[in-house]
Amino acid sequence: MAVHRLSLNPSSYKTRFTQRFLRALMKINKNKNRSSTSSSFQEIRRGRRRIKIAADGSMASAVGSKRAWSRAMLYKLRTRTRHQAWVRKISTAAKRKRDVGNKPEEELSRTDDLRRLVPGGEAMDFCSLLEETAHYIKCLTTQAHVMQSIADFYST
Amino acid sequence: MSSRRSRSRQSGASRITDDQINDLVSKLQQLLPELRNRQSDKVFIFMLSTIYLTTVEVSASKVLQETCNYIRSLHREVDDLSDRLSELLATTDTSSAQAAIIRSLLM
Repeated sequence: MAVHRLSLNPSSYKTRFTQRFLRALMKINKNKNRSSTSSSFQEIRRGRRRIKIAADGSMASAVGSKRAWSRAMLYKLRTRTRHQAWVRKISTAAKRKRDVGNKPEEELSRTDDLRRLVPGGEAMDFCSLLEETAHYIKCLTTQAHVMQSIADFYST
Repeated sequence: MSSRRSRSRQSGASRITDDQINDLVSKLQQLLPELRNRQSDKVFIFMLSTIYLTTVEVSASKVLQETCNYIRSLHREVDDLSDRLSELLATTDTSSAQAAIIRSLLM
């Protein structure tokens, strides 16, 4: 069975993520069965977004508040509409602070890209950004691996 | 290229050759797909901070660019997987029972 490939250790990040994600999937599925079962294009798009949010939320809550990126992601998920204005405020303030120092231009543009990709990256200093990036990449690969295993399990 | 190097920061460890930098960057690029191995994330942090301290601007931007590309490809992969999962959830009826089975295996 495909589940054995997950090779779970009871307290690892992978286990915590898998538990939360499966719980969220069950909740999504239950809600879908209760409402209309029409497979229109809008329903599919909404379901896709719900699963993506469930995956990101499970990933961030499995990490907890130990990491700046998970805290930023949880905050973003909980205040989805208000977050846009907050990000704009933080990013302009942080950009003003960064422009005072004299970083070489090339590095500044590259870190801006990275800051946009890593949640909470707008307001971090460069060294923290690198550390958060490494941890974020590690968790993203675990998320992709677990979701792949679940998809394989359902498609057999 | 040499004029840029003369403008770079003069830290104590900056007398590192071009070959060593290229070697480090290529090693890092090999490491990026292999972060599935749990040991290697600490090495990744160490190598990024080393490169930041001793770098010529060119290598730093290359590493950052590779990192951004890798994160973008991971995001795309997760999006594709959530597409697949939403389709699979829509079609299978007994998925709640199967999920219960998986959960009982996990507990």
